Amino acid sequence: MPAANWREFLITQLVRASGYSAILIVALIFFFLVRESSPALSQADPASLFGARWYPIEGHFSLWPLLGGSLVVTLGAALIALPFGLATAVYIAEVAPRWAREILKPLVEILGGLPSVLLGFLGFLVLAPLVRTTLAIPTGLTAFTGALLLAGISIPTIVSISEDALDAVPRTYREAALALGATPWQTIWRVTVPAARSGIVTAVMLGLGRAVGETMTVMMVTGNAPVLPTGPAALFSPVRTMTATIAAEMGEVARGSTHYHVLFLIGLVLFLLSLVVNLIASSAVLRARRRAERLLS
Amino acid sequence: MTAPNASPTPARHRRRVQRLGYAFLTLAAVATVAPIVLVVAHIVVQGAPAISLAFLTEMPRAGMRQGGVLPAILGTFWLTLGTGALAVPLGIGAATYLAEYAPESRWTRAIRVALINLAGIPSVVYGLFGLGLFVLFLQFGTSLLAGSLTLSLMTLPVIISTAEEALRAVPNSFRVVSISLGGTRWQTVRRIVLPQALPGILTGVILGLERAAGETAPILFTAASFFLPRLPQSVFDPTMALPYHLFVISTQVPEMPVRLQYGTALVLLAFVLGMNLLATLIRSRARARRTW
Amino acid sequence: MPAKIVIEDLSVAYSDGTESLRGVSLSIADRAITVLFGPAGGGKSTLLRALNRLNDLADVVTVSGHVWLDGADLVDPRLDVVALRRKVGMVFAQPVVLPLSIRGNLTYGLELAGVRGRSRLEDAAERALRAAALWDEVRDRLDEPAAALSGGQQQRLCLARVLALEPQVILLDEPTSGLDPISTGSVEATLQELKKRYTIVLVPHSLQQAARMADYAGFVLAGQLIEFAPGRQIFTHPRDKRTEDYVEGRYG
Repeated sequence: MPAANWREFLITQLVRASGYSAILIVALIFFFLVRESSPALSQADPASLFGARWYPIEGHFSLWPLLGGSLVVTLGAALIALPFGLATAVYIAEVAPRWAREILKPLVEILGGLPSVLLGFLGFLVLAPLVRTTLAIPTGLTAFTGALLLAGISIPTIVSISEDALDAVPRTYREAALALGATPWQTIWRVTVPAARSGIVTAVMLGLGRAVGETMTVMMVTGNAPVLPTGPAALFSPVRTMTATIAAEMGEVARGSTHYHVLFLIGLVLFLLSLVVNLIASSAVLRARRRAERLLS
Repeated sequence: MTAPNASPTPARHRRRVQRLGYAFLTLAAVATVAPIVLVVAHIVVQGAPAISLAFLTEMPRAGMRQGGVLPAILGTFWLTLGTGALAVPLGIGAATYLAEYAPESRWTRAIRVALINLAGIPSVVYGLFGLGLFVLFLQFGTSLLAGSLTLSLMTLPVIISTAEEALRAVPNSFRVVSISLGGTRWQTVRRIVLPQALPGILTGVILGLERAAGETAPILFTAASFFLPRLPQSVFDPTMALPYHLFVISTQVPEMPVRLQYGTALVLLAFVLGMNLLATLIRSRARARRTW
Repeated sequence: MPAKIVIEDLSVAYSDGTESLRGVSLSIADRAITVLFGPAGGGKSTLLRALNRLNDLADVVTVSGHVWLDGADLVDPRLDVVALRRKVGMVFAQPVVLPLSIRGNLTYGLELAGVRGRSRLEDAAERALRAAALWDEVRDRLDEPAAALSGGQQQRLCLARVLALEPQVILLDEPTSGLDPISTGSVEATLQELKKRYTIVLVPHSLQQAARMADYAGFVLAGQLIEFAPGRQIFTHPRDKRTEDYVEGRYG
């Protein structure tokens, strides 16, 4: 039946094309970012690109304040998300009774699905004033507020991937430890968690990767002041992240101007950053999985 | 029965440490999860008074300070639909390729690396790309089309990974039997594998679209407009959208009634949670009816 | 009995370097049951799967030699494997019913082949069920999911599924390994009936089954065919010492 063979061939080609489209899309995105950002390197004064001020109106295009802003907020988020996320993951995977797990897991999933603009909205309306009054600082729109919200955004990723990693630890590990006289508590921290180490590291990297890429939340609560953060006090003053810069200024920028190209440059930096983080995280996952397969076979 | 030089911690002490440790973990978990409940409850309580049939079906008035949010609701609806129309066929096709056809080769690994990369790109960078390619280069302008295309690219990795997982979950024995009865690979996929994987795929699609519906950054420069006199008439028109609307009215409109802000937030929340609930229902119903 | 399939110096090697078959040659007689027996891992399944090209699904790297069926060489990469698999059907060790109704399972192969027409499909289903001795038990529940059947019924459904395509050769890889003795007996009786019309190649799951069923039998050890003879002879007077050791139970 030649007609059927022809149809089979066509469908196979379509399916193969869809598979390869992923490569095409990434290449296209990279290409466009490079194309639209490279004029920045020739148009902008190199001194300003590596200076200390982001003030486009006067031609200051340094990315350092923005990088610093992203860094401060993300680090702050990490400090909060790591202990809480890890503790929650361990609790769900190792300690919680079944009924508690049935409640906690969906709740964490809901948090993961909340639009970032909703969190930013509440952050702006409720959290920021709270921070201002509680800490007695001039404004509640600070890196700290952003860090709190970003922690909330990273935690679902950290919890769900860590929990998977903990679940994947073979039961025989735990049983062996218990048989040797360890308490369940000791087993958790000396056997199970170390065994799930690489999965947990992946979870944290992916969670923080999501935090770095966040736009709306930080735009709404970090105050949007592109000031180079110096010292820990910066945590409680306004900052501006790279993502918020793009979102806030792209609308008002003249197409083709230096400012426009520098914004694309920031986008390129973000693209490369996420590329590096995700490649490291996923190679860890692949290596861990292969090791686990060897162990379990 | 202890060795002369060892001093083991007495069992009582170990048990106390464990009890404290468990308490600490429980507290941490509750502290992590309680805010979620508070957030949802707060939005529901504050926003419910604003919800009325008028709010949901009328156009806004007085610079958004009165009236309803119909154009934003419709805009989000159309954007989500458009995203699905583009991302779902391409995503399922790619997942089928990865799960059923792709050999273990350098090229297949390249596809996977590309997908990992795509999954991690910040949403605002997708917005930039959408601006550069769809709005400017292809000259679609700020439009429903450009926005949907941008959102569909962003949603693609999510749909592909959940669809691939759903396809791989179908037992391999089905495939072997189908082939042994004279089936081609596509016949096997179309008649057995895809139908069995469908609930899982559907769950992934809904979760992916739920995320697309709530995103603001990708549509900031590609589709969204704050003040539009009328609803979009074609895919080339810009549109309002719930997340963008919430962003603007809460941060950039002076004298915006708080009640309406919460009302808008509640509509968005309901949209997102509704999709979440739908996905969960499909998932549990499929699990119950599964014969393998 | 004339030969239906002639295997000539067949060798199969996998991608990790392990060689599964080395220089196997034998003739499979038409309308008889040929049994391939031997210890686990010896290559019996690989040999069986060479007959319907199911080895294509595994990471097989080299196949050399010839397998002649009706004038065509099954080793030829240009062979129409889809048509081959309709001619040479297979029943697996675990009954794998497709997630369809009983009727759906039976007509699946025919629908794949493009057969249309409700009555044609219904007739084929009934004929196949009768041949597999399952018709009376399921005639009233053809639309029920096949997964609801018992293990023995499912395996007979798998046999009927193959018969619906009206093959010429039926391959069975330890078909009764998951079944109770009564179901096993029923399947074996069915096979004895079917051999009047089909060529049957069977990998048994016990030596006793091999002795019960074999018109001809081949002893396969470490990828090689050690001995091939009529069933009556090979189990009572094996010529090769290795066959004798295995048949006497000195190793398993």
